[in-house]
Amino acid sequence: MAQLSSNLLYVAFFIYFAASIVFAISLFGRKWRKSDEESHAKKWGMWGFILSTVGFLFQLSYFITRWIAAGHAPVSNLFEFTTFFGMAMVFAFLIIYLIYRSNVIGVFAMPVAIIVIAYASVFPSDIQPLIPALQSNWLKIHVTTAALGEGILAISFAAGLVYLVKTVNQKKASKSTFWLEFVMYSLISTIAFVILSLGFEAAGYSSTYQFVDQNEQQVTVDYTLPALAGPTDGQYVSGNEFGPLFEAPSWMKGEKAAHKLNTLIWSIVGGLVLYGLIRLVLRKRIGAAIQPALKNVNEELVDEIQYRAVAIGFPVFTLGALIFAMIWAQAAWTRFWGWDPKEVWALVTFLFYAAYLHLRLSRGWQGEKSAWLAVVGFVIIMLNLVVVNLVISGLHSYA
Amino acid sequence: MSNKNITCECGHVNPYGTEICEVCGKPLKGDLDSKQLLNMRYEGSARRSQTYKTTIIDKIWNFFSSVKVGIWIIILLLVASAIGTIFPQEMYIPPLSDPTVYYKEQYGVLGQLYYDLGFHNLYGSWWYMLLIAALGLSLIVASLDRFIPLYRSLKKQRVIRHESFMKRQKYFGVTEVNENTPDLQGIKEALEKKRYKVKEEEGHLFAEKNRFSRWGPYVNHIGLILFLIGGMLRFFPGMYVDEVLWLREGETEKIKGTEEAYYLQSDGFILETYDNNDEKFKNAIEESGQAAVAKNYQTDAVLYKQVGERVAGTDPELEKVKEHPIQVNKPLKFDGYAIYQVDYKLNELQTMSFTMDNKDTGESVGDLSINLYNPDKSYDLDNGYRVEVMDYFPDFEFNDKGEPTTKSKIPNNPAFILNMVSPEHPDGEVAFVAIKQNLEPLGENDYKMSFQNVDTKNVSGLVVRKDNTLWILAIGGAIFMIGVIQGMYWNHRRIWVRRTDKDIWLSSHTNKNWYGLKRELESISTQTGLQMPIDQAEQKK
Repeated sequence: MAQLSSNLLYVAFFIYFAASIVFAISLFGRKWRKSDEESHAKKWGMWGFILSTVGFLFQLSYFITRWIAAGHAPVSNLFEFTTFFGMAMVFAFLIIYLIYRSNVIGVFAMPVAIIVIAYASVFPSDIQPLIPALQSNWLKIHVTTAALGEGILAISFAAGLVYLVKTVNQKKASKSTFWLEFVMYSLISTIAFVILSLGFEAAGYSSTYQFVDQNEQQVTVDYTLPALAGPTDGQYVSGNEFGPLFEAPSWMKGEKAAHKLNTLIWSIVGGLVLYGLIRLVLRKRIGAAIQPALKNVNEELVDEIQYRAVAIGFPVFTLGALIFAMIWAQAAWTRFWGWDPKEVWALVTFLFYAAYLHLRLSRGWQGEKSAWLAVVGFVIIMLNLVVVNLVISGLHSYA
Repeated sequence: MSNKNITCECGHVNPYGTEICEVCGKPLKGDLDSKQLLNMRYEGSARRSQTYKTTIIDKIWNFFSSVKVGIWIIILLLVASAIGTIFPQEMYIPPLSDPTVYYKEQYGVLGQLYYDLGFHNLYGSWWYMLLIAALGLSLIVASLDRFIPLYRSLKKQRVIRHESFMKRQKYFGVTEVNENTPDLQGIKEALEKKRYKVKEEEGHLFAEKNRFSRWGPYVNHIGLILFLIGGMLRFFPGMYVDEVLWLREGETEKIKGTEEAYYLQSDGFILETYDNNDEKFKNAIEESGQAAVAKNYQTDAVLYKQVGERVAGTDPELEKVKEHPIQVNKPLKFDGYAIYQVDYKLNELQTMSFTMDNKDTGESVGDLSINLYNPDKSYDLDNGYRVEVMDYFPDFEFNDKGEPTTKSKIPNNPAFILNMVSPEHPDGEVAFVAIKQNLEPLGENDYKMSFQNVDTKNVSGLVVRKDNTLWILAIGGAIFMIGVIQGMYWNHRRIWVRRTDKDIWLSSHTNKNWYGLKRELESISTQTGLQMPIDQAEQKK
């Protein structure tokens, strides 16, 4: 069952990939074939939607079979949660598509969902037993609702990105072009990180170091990527003998600080290389390269979708990530609120989108400003997923 | 009422500061023939903050009614909250560690700075509280400032609207009358089919739906205010109890915080772990590097209630209330209290037993068993033998000066100074006895204490909670959700139609989701044969 489940996920992943390509084709009206532009977009858009739906059904099957195999809702560790978040994004996209029939959102939303799911694959995917704190019906209720809320909010990011790519003036370099490229680079370096991680894992790379941590404890740490940054005064123990090239600065404390730094360096460098290669091929900014494909996009509609996704997602997120979270915390941790980092970052996300709504509804922040806010909102959601789980450890660090 | 009220040409007396007549919609400010779209925000009603700006109270009111100020408060709270997660808060650093050195030791100079700035206790700091208070004030003032005049305007609006009002809406269309144009009745039916409430008056139609969605923001703000009040109530005595209760297997203890009304007995603490060879979880457990993964923490508890007054010096009379296995996620609940499973200690030492032996013959002259929580002063062994407890260190260590001392009252490492009295030594011989240690500090003895065994018990770490603020928080949260959904998932749409002999005007407004409105207008115009209204905002570009 577990094997079947992971195969279903692979299938879903590749169908999502196909759906993204089909959506992209729908944008290139006349260039593709000399058919009437509108019917072309309609036809390919429909296929994109059908493929996305089929992919979603496959992923739903993955989810259900894994649930059966594990005996609990598969949202209990980073692999499962991140995968589910990707699925929630696709689901949110399908709903938004049914309302607005916008192909261009698919061109951006589906690849982002793919990157999220690919990122999930870096984490160990073994079925884990539930520790006592997680044994509750609220696990499925709280986590799925929170992830769905985040998925819908992520669609607002995709729409914001469309808006920016379409409207940012690419004729000359500016702050806007820089930050837009930075967003592109961040997405690319996530891809680079996934490729590197899976590549070295497939090659069986591993090296182990030993060092004394700040509590004077002897600690061993496993590197699955070649060690560029090693632990302070670390000793090589076993495995591949490459590196470390330098030691992590001593102010970086914590058992896994050097290991995390090493991963971060690989992601940054890998991302730069991949980004550089793409720039070499394109010979212009990525934003500038995509822009012409969006010339028929109705930017007001995209802006509307971007806002609508927040309007739909915000209540869902609040319900799942704050209210259900508090109800569960009261039962599991004796208090509904305890300033645990994950709790705080859910509050930060809530406050951010509250500010977004007030800026938009009362201060008239629409269009580009609003699109940038949608991007920042997604950054906050990703911070909560990645940094808070991996760097700041609190009660929620289950992975 | 101020005598500066504005009387509109329709006869309605509007409060001072009104920008659009509440009844007929005539713009009261600026050029009547202007082509500029009307600012429909809050219906152009007279908001106190936009009208009165002189006294101190006006100024404070205006400050907190400003959405800009509100947003700044939100942003400051957001940034401050995020900063609080950079390093762990004081409550999350290991117990017994000293925060004055902990932050520097663990996180270096930045940690020291964090501590010096007071960020280790950020969420309880006066300025964070102040920010929350400012948010509460802003919620109240900003909502009142807008809700009351908006409510007036929407309540008083009339079917017939001023020409200028209609012309200056975002969606406005004119259809010339010919033999194919529908009559008002046809338009009315088309609108009603879209679930509009339609009113008719002298050749005008006014269609409206989902007005309640306009109250969404104010409803959710009420919910938030209730939530904040609930958070404040916690600081009132009696609203909130939070006590730690360590309970040994087989023992019955008073439940702290319940004013001695309740007692809890532990019939045993259970720790279960997952089977490391379980096919399903084998890989994950191996991967985790842990020796075992916990499956269940459970205290089999029996709750008793005291009957009547307790007479000093006697045991209280107890009545069994219920049995309940307390597990994580499944607290024992009674009378507004909840008892949670949060911690445990396995195999805590309870008693130590010894024999007193004659060193020469190796024979035992008697045995004794010492309760480590409550040792007797002396133990009689018959035949003139006796052991006196001169000193007891439950959690023994040597201090800086090399003297024996105890770290805590928990017998983690018990040690005794015993005086062994025998017929040969009526004054006794002194021995220092600890785990795997037997010293004779005052010279060689004829007798010695031989360790036999220990009795251990499991101890449950429980937390007793009462939180009388939960109900108001729940109500606040529920109202907030209702308000947000009401405001976000519905849109307030209005359509005005005016028919003359020459032409039919149609204009429309929504508070949000213009795309949805546009689709609705398209559908209505196809059905009725009216011209699709033009998006005048788009036209201007």
